[in-house]
Amino acid sequence: MRSEVTQPMKASGKSPIKLDFRNEKSHLLDKIVPILLFLCAALSILTTIGIVFTLITETFQFFQKVSIMDYLFGTKWSPLIDPKSFGVLPLLSGTFMITIIACIVAIPLGLASAIYLSEYAHKRVRKIIKPILEVLAGVPTIVYGYFALSLITPLIRGIFPDTGVFNALSAGIVVGIMIIPMVCSLSEDAMSAVPRSLRDGAYALGATRFEVALKIVVPAALSGIVASAVLAFSRAIGETMIVTVAAGATPKLTADPLESIQTMTAYIVQVSMGDTPHGSIEYGTIFAVGMTLFIITFLLNILAQYVARRFREEY
Amino acid sequence: MGTLIDIQSLNLYYGTFHALKDVSMDIPEKAITAFIGPSGCGKSTLLRTLNRMNDMIPGTRIEGQIAVGGTDIYSREVDVETLRKKVGMVFQQPNPFPKSIYDNVAYGPRLHGIRSKGKLDEIVETSLRSAALWGEVKDHLKRSALSLSGGQQQRLCIARALAVNPDILLMDEATSALDPISTLKIEELAQDLKDRYTIVMVTHNMHQAARVSNQTVFFLNGEVVEYSDTEKLFSNPRDQRTEDYISGRFG
Repeated sequence: MRSEVTQPMKASGKSPIKLDFRNEKSHLLDKIVPILLFLCAALSILTTIGIVFTLITETFQFFQKVSIMDYLFGTKWSPLIDPKSFGVLPLLSGTFMITIIACIVAIPLGLASAIYLSEYAHKRVRKIIKPILEVLAGVPTIVYGYFALSLITPLIRGIFPDTGVFNALSAGIVVGIMIIPMVCSLSEDAMSAVPRSLRDGAYALGATRFEVALKIVVPAALSGIVASAVLAFSRAIGETMIVTVAAGATPKLTADPLESIQTMTAYIVQVSMGDTPHGSIEYGTIFAVGMTLFIITFLLNILAQYVARRFREEY
Repeated sequence: MGTLIDIQSLNLYYGTFHALKDVSMDIPEKAITAFIGPSGCGKSTLLRTLNRMNDMIPGTRIEGQIAVGGTDIYSREVDVETLRKKVGMVFQQPNPFPKSIYDNVAYGPRLHGIRSKGKLDEIVETSLRSAALWGEVKDHLKRSALSLSGGQQQRLCIARALAVNPDILLMDEATSALDPISTLKIEELAQDLKDRYTIVMVTHNMHQAARVSNQTVFFLNGEVVEYSDTEKLFSNPRDQRTEDYISGRFG
């Protein structure tokens, strides 16, 4: 509202009562604050644009030296050692193996704890457990990485003695543990948002607590639950530290989770830490891999939003 | 008319709040009994003790006895899910599940173990017929229940309650969220259903109680002030407070 009073208020009308509606406060802040807030918002947008721009230009340069077909369909990744080859499939398979193991761990456990918290837990219990879960989400991932290496890996080697010190299973399990709080928290929000009246309707028909949870609450909250699963998936794909520490650095096209592998993120770390000269082809690989990663998570996030809208059982 | 529900000196507390005070009454079978009274008088609370929906509210404490068909429903042997199957309930806001019309009605029977498609089809049809909704929805049973109007949704909820074959139907202000025409339909439906079911309804609308019920109970501050035949209660109330309420002096 910017109607500005440019002339003194005229007394008009028949009313004998005189009220003055002229502004008493300075509006200076109201003019500056929106500009400041806009700049803050613009900053993050500009950063995003900058990142995407760098990724695109560097990736473009890389693909002038390496054929995009070799990159996408090659089965051998060894950009640092001769004979060089730039097939991204081993990195992709490593990433997806970690992600799938993580989701197998995180989605059932996260969902089960969400059902417990939303349908069974006493208010007081929920008040204690939820913050604890959120603390779990705040643990630095490097800590999880050493947790995998020093606790989970020995356990796995106790069962399968042939397992390498670095292996996909251990890292995958721990990535899964790391994203349980996210799955749990988002699913719990979705389930708590299911109106009480629906639960009452089912209870009044003689449903037990478990039947209400499974057949009323979960279906009604499905869009939120699926969205949380997709976000978990994309979080697992992007996870870096745990896999760098625990999964090894052996790009390998394998289906055996007990072997050492390398993910896209761990590869980027490996190159960034080395002394790869700026502008070299090896240097270019990290942008190509970064771009691949970016496109995958970007598509997954769009999928999560689409799913959240599409599967809404409205209530 | 025999007594189906027998309430003896019932006291109910929400924490320290004494919500029902020494309530005793006999509710006859195959008739409509209406609970009336101002907001907060305990009428809905009493209704919800009859299928133990109050169990889920933490801090609720009950003394006294409620016998349904001769069994104390608060005794240890009573399975609350079986009780609720026999004592159906319809709520103030229509609350169909976000599923198809068919699945809403079939929900209860499926819950109680009926799997056969033929049997379910039959139950869905008879329940929707009993709820006077079959004619309107028979051609699109697969459509979402949420596409129905408010009045249709409420009749669907009645059909859903009838599908598990209850003896008693509790209606908790079931028409208060509906328009007058839908309200009238539900009232007519209740009249039809009372030949087969015992209906206990809470209503905010005393004209509704006067129109449809056989017995009326007037509550005030958690106590039963007066309980008699509807006609008598409205034409010749015994208690001054009842007279004040039904003549609109308060509430």
